[in-house]
Amino acid sequence: MIELFQQSFVQNAFWAGTIIAILAAVVGYFVVLRAQAFAAHALSHIGFAGATGAVLFGMSSLAGMFIFTILAAVGIGSLEKRIQGRDIEIGMILSFVLGLGVLFLRLYTNSASEAVGVLFGSILSVTSGDVVLTLIFGIGTLIALMVVFRPLLFASIDPEVAEARGVPVKFLSIFFMLLLAITVAESIQVVGVLLVFALLIAPAASAQHITRNPISSILLSIVFGLIFTWGGLLLAFTTRFPVSFYIATFAALTYFIVVNSCHFLTPHRSSPAKHAHGENGK
Amino acid sequence: MFELLHYSFIQNAFIAGSMVAVVAAIVGYFLLTRGLTFAGHALSHIGFAGAAGALVVGVDPVIGLLVFTISAGIGMGIMGKRLNERDITIGIIMTLMLGLGALFISLYSGYAEKAYSILFGTILGISVNDVFITAIFSVITIVGIICIFRPLLFSSFDEDVAEARGVPVRLLSVIFLVLVGITVSMSVQVVGVLLIFTLLVGPAATATRLVHQPLGAIVLSIILSLLYTWVGIFLAINGTWPVSFYISAISFVVYLPVRLLSKHEKRSDHHSASSSHQLSTP
Repeated sequence: MIELFQQSFVQNAFWAGTIIAILAAVVGYFVVLRAQAFAAHALSHIGFAGATGAVLFGMSSLAGMFIFTILAAVGIGSLEKRIQGRDIEIGMILSFVLGLGVLFLRLYTNSASEAVGVLFGSILSVTSGDVVLTLIFGIGTLIALMVVFRPLLFASIDPEVAEARGVPVKFLSIFFMLLLAITVAESIQVVGVLLVFALLIAPAASAQHITRNPISSILLSIVFGLIFTWGGLLLAFTTRFPVSFYIATFAALTYFIVVNSCHFLTPHRSSPAKHAHGENGK
Repeated sequence: MFELLHYSFIQNAFIAGSMVAVVAAIVGYFLLTRGLTFAGHALSHIGFAGAAGALVVGVDPVIGLLVFTISAGIGMGIMGKRLNERDITIGIIMTLMLGLGALFISLYSGYAEKAYSILFGTILGISVNDVFITAIFSVITIVGIICIFRPLLFSSFDEDVAEARGVPVRLLSVIFLVLVGITVSMSVQVVGVLLIFTLLVGPAATATRLVHQPLGAIVLSIILSLLYTWVGIFLAINGTWPVSFYISAISFVVYLPVRLLSKHEKRSDHHSASSSHQLSTP
């Protein structure tokens, strides 16, 4: 067990995994609060085209994902309200981009295992260069998030009132999308395009069911993210199953346990939600 | 050029592709009016676990797909109305299933190409046997839709009124989602798990923007879907780029100007808008 940690690829995996788990948990809190889960899902698919396209132009796949997701983030962010709840539009864009990813893959190489690596994550092949890049962008994103924390929280909870009070809601929306793009690109290294939900949404959504206080919710979300990631990595090193399988399973189990037990604690919890739905449906 | 059509694998591709296109267009129309596009997207991802599991056990992936998508369809149907409000829950179930798929893929000692073809489709590798399976399920789905056409349309447009008039809304919803599951399983052969959105939602989304009347929209949707598929296969066999890229690109390129030029708001937008609003009150 101990000698396992002396190997550099294991250390790299743990370093990168830890940074990403923290980052994804914090950013995920706002994603859930702002109801942008589907946008996050779409950004991760766009990352697929970035990763495969990057190889075509001789860049590292992480760099390619950064470029593609950041460009897409600016687009989604500037459409802002109009994109909210537009499942069809986002869906059309994401399938087009996925198709583009398939094309890039075909043009560069017919390597199917390359594609499967991007789709399901390849944390065990993270290099120390990737770790440094992950750390720099991770710290940058966290600092940026701290700077805009209060106005962003305000704008996420009540955009109309925030706007009336002079908070630059539109700017914050684009800015947050940028941070989300960076986070998604980093998360893809660990869990892959298809499982970004597991690190970005599941810890934050579970935490928000337990506590409504922003700070404790974010801290709890970080704890969840770290447990999923470390547990997944440990099990993956000791057994022969993939990391992303473990992380996804932990994430889903935790979420469903939390949702169901909270349901028993506060049986009327869903009634205001239903009310809001009814109002909006008309 | 036309002598290409004499090859049996190309004939198979055109026949299976056409059947899938027709079924996907019809089912997609209802998916759209019922505001269930994200559910359709999720069903296809859930199907991936089934297909990968079938590879491990050594049966035809289509069987695994059918088992998983149909049971997921029944589950979603039983959850009923609450489904619209549950993007996060669906997303996390999807993540769990994808994680399971990643596990199966790693257990399957064969080639990554198999996984790749489930994800991105293998229309040019379809056997006569597959064509028969596709034909049987197409007939089942179309007959199923025709049987429940009127009540389904009624309950899709106004569920509450339909329920008050004694339409078995819940049962219809279950039957419809089972049909969606079958459609998704068939479509996987053509465009793969990841690009089902293009065939299922693309043509219907374009058609409903152009024609309001249900029957007209369905017919237009079928025509568009057939065109995308035929042109996609035709371009792919004459070039080197993959079919799924062409279909997703054509679908997007046709949708984009139609979306930008038409102004009217659809009912499904209301649906998704309210469901996304829902996420802000977890």
